[in-house]
Amino acid sequence: MRLHHFRGGVHPPGRKQFSADQPIQSLPLPARLYLPLQQHAGGPALPVVSVGQQVAKGELLARAQSAISAPLHAPSSGIVVDIGQFTAPHVSGLPIPTLVLDTDGEERWPEREPPPDPFGLDPEEVATRIGDAGIVGMGGASFPAAVKLSKARQAGVHTLVVNGSECEPYVTCDDRLMRERAAEIVDGATIMLHALQASRALVAVEDNKPEAIQALREACAHDPRFQVLSLPTRYPTGSAKHLIQLLTGLECPAGEPGTEVTGILVHNVGTAYAVQRALRHGRPLISRIVTVSGGAVAEPRNLEVPLGALAADLLAYCGGVSDDLVRVLSGGPMMGQPLPSLQTPIVKGSNGILALTAAELGPEQLPDPCVRCGRCTEACPMGLLPGEMARRVQHDDWAGTLAFGLNDCMACGSCAYACPSRVPLSQSLAHARGALAEQRRAEQKANYTRQLMEQRQARLARQEQAKADAAAQRRAAKDKKQRAAVTEEDDE
Amino acid sequence: MSASPLLAGAPHAHGGDSLQQLMGTVLLALAPATLYGVFLFGWPALNLLLVIVLTCLVGEALCLWLAGRSLRPALLDGSTLLTGVLLALSLPPWAPWWIGVIGGAFAVVVGKHIFGGVGQNLFNPAMLARIMLLVSFPVEMTTWLEPRPWFSGTTPSFLEGLHITFGGGLPMADGMTGATLLGHVRTGLGLSQPLGEILPGHYQPGLAALGWTGGSLGETSALLLLLGGLWLLWKRAIAWTIPVAMLGTVLVLASVFHWSDPERFVDPLLHLVSGSLLMGAFFIATDPVTSPLSRMGQIVFGAGCGALVYVIRTWGGYPEGVAFAVVLMNAATPLIDHYLRPRVYGRTWLGQPKPVSERARRAAAGRDSGSGPA
Repeated sequence: MRLHHFRGGVHPPGRKQFSADQPIQSLPLPARLYLPLQQHAGGPALPVVSVGQQVAKGELLARAQSAISAPLHAPSSGIVVDIGQFTAPHVSGLPIPTLVLDTDGEERWPEREPPPDPFGLDPEEVATRIGDAGIVGMGGASFPAAVKLSKARQAGVHTLVVNGSECEPYVTCDDRLMRERAAEIVDGATIMLHALQASRALVAVEDNKPEAIQALREACAHDPRFQVLSLPTRYPTGSAKHLIQLLTGLECPAGEPGTEVTGILVHNVGTAYAVQRALRHGRPLISRIVTVSGGAVAEPRNLEVPLGALAADLLAYCGGVSDDLVRVLSGGPMMGQPLPSLQTPIVKGSNGILALTAAELGPEQLPDPCVRCGRCTEACPMGLLPGEMARRVQHDDWAGTLAFGLNDCMACGSCAYACPSRVPLSQSLAHARGALAEQRRAEQKANYTRQLMEQRQARLARQEQAKADAAAQRRAAKDKKQRAAVTEEDDE
Repeated sequence: MSASPLLAGAPHAHGGDSLQQLMGTVLLALAPATLYGVFLFGWPALNLLLVIVLTCLVGEALCLWLAGRSLRPALLDGSTLLTGVLLALSLPPWAPWWIGVIGGAFAVVVGKHIFGGVGQNLFNPAMLARIMLLVSFPVEMTTWLEPRPWFSGTTPSFLEGLHITFGGGLPMADGMTGATLLGHVRTGLGLSQPLGEILPGHYQPGLAALGWTGGSLGETSALLLLLGGLWLLWKRAIAWTIPVAMLGTVLVLASVFHWSDPERFVDPLLHLVSGSLLMGAFFIATDPVTSPLSRMGQIVFGAGCGALVYVIRTWGGYPEGVAFAVVLMNAATPLIDHYLRPRVYGRTWLGQPKPVSERARRAAAGRDSGSGPA
């Protein structure tokens, strides 16, 4: 198949050798798991268990609250000890609603009959089961997988792209999954093809993972609908939009939330694996593969981790961190979030915990002035002018920043990576997004306040009117009485 | 630097390129032409180069100090040095010291710091200074001399060099000075001579390409400038767009006119190897600060520079026009940047969401399924 081209992008050093040859190992079960109720795009899950309740492994802990949401299941058997607030796996480190589970070490699954053959099920039923298993996009976006599948089937999507490109440096969890569990991934993708009623699956892997490509080719050799593609290694090939452009030359129209209009749906290999577990074995999504890597980690590894384990648990199992640790990231270095604390839990979208040294991060220095060299524009896979946007951000010119396409920016970080002056370009744009969100919230609040004021004034006016009416009535009644009294007197 | 490095934003990686490196690469690419110029014109050329670079650095430091900014990163990033070298290479090699001082100070103070320093200037500082000097001191700026290379016996000694640069100036003996090739052509055509009579004895393409000719300090050797420019392209320090568009436009215009009247219009090769066209195309018009950001914009910019160079050389009042052409197009850069932006992914050139046509969608589904592995 002839590949097309997408513009821009960068070639950061892969640094996958730290962990690429480490087989997937299971993290020993932590004594306590912290499960944020929001591990996905959309509304947070609503708890259906109470504190003190005994739960079995895989039992439903919280249900999806709306169409775009995802349920949460117990990663192990144990007792719910708290439903409170705990540090979010986010750079803010703010407390978010979290369910805390003390494990009993029994790993007890409830008695269940084996699930029916997925291919005998109605496609919508397959999607429903995928949703009920709490499966979200495992590549990082964490969008509920079932919603994506149903929408895509209704839009008549013909091709499923199974995304194993894993273009972020260091991260090897998908690589290991593809090498070790290729058959399960292909099986899961076959089930997704059924849910989509699509005719073709393209498995896309960057050419820096030849073993994974080989394993997948062998695993899908029996199915003519499958084709494994080796893609040139370039960041951000893993972006769904750019993957579609690379494979077909089509661009997803700006402002479109999904990719259905192109006739293509992209799902991560981890998602395909989770679908296979759910539909073949009735297992909900309760664990995932996480790469623990970076120069400050003693023994980089790929771990199968129950959701809710803390970053500290993972790092401790990998031999701890050395003294030259400077920054801990959740995710890869290009788009990952620095963790404010190691006491933050692994969630469905966590693909890596990286402990990086100063040498890996490069020298910390003040940015030089922008000389308009255009490297950022050259690197931008969206065709934007990051330098021009950042210039406007510096002057709080939000309208100008938006006019230069802030909403088209996908925050891939290529611009800041390429900038010879080390201008914090993506960071400026992130700041602009935050400031604009803040502005929107303030506007909403002002509108709401004005609405309340108007309602209050209307209410006061009504009360005033009612009072006046009542007074008038009283006066009328009094007058009547007086008049009556006068006539009475006259009568006397 | 940061109080809480844990909380820096993504990306947490950097490609490793730096401003110093970029400037250093350009300076290195200029080194052969610079050394050749010094070799060709002796001590006075070296004196002039040093005077200008020193003036530029002092001017930069003074401006930074006045603005209350720190000296270190701005002085050491190489951009001031580059401005000085570019200016020096564009001047007559035996120009007196005060030409260098006035030019260097003008380039840095007026050309750059009036606008706010590195990255803020609208015009290329070196070319702005060269134009100011040409307009203000036409005699000193058009006094060219024949090559008198080192070790040839015709080159002045160190003391004579000091005298030429800092003392009485150029000894105006006959046979030492002359017009550049372009100047000679201009004069001849002005006297209604055909090119067939003007060029013989003055123009040998091979010598002109090698740079064995009178001219500005660093602009005589087309070959060395071309090598430096190609190296810059290979190092990806500059994009291909501006040089290709600029040289291409000059070549196309020169070919068309030369073909229409070979006795009136000089041939394209002469345009290419003479004057500062190659210097301008690879080292001056490509100045990122003063050229457009998008590829499309750069092509328009380069073509505009090329067209202006040809127009000025052929019909203008000066024999050479690279500096004017570049500065004029510099003025158009904000306009070009406003109208010619890259096309955004998923949008049309006009910025509207780009719909997926049914045909394209079918093609994506159909063609590829046919070439499957089955």
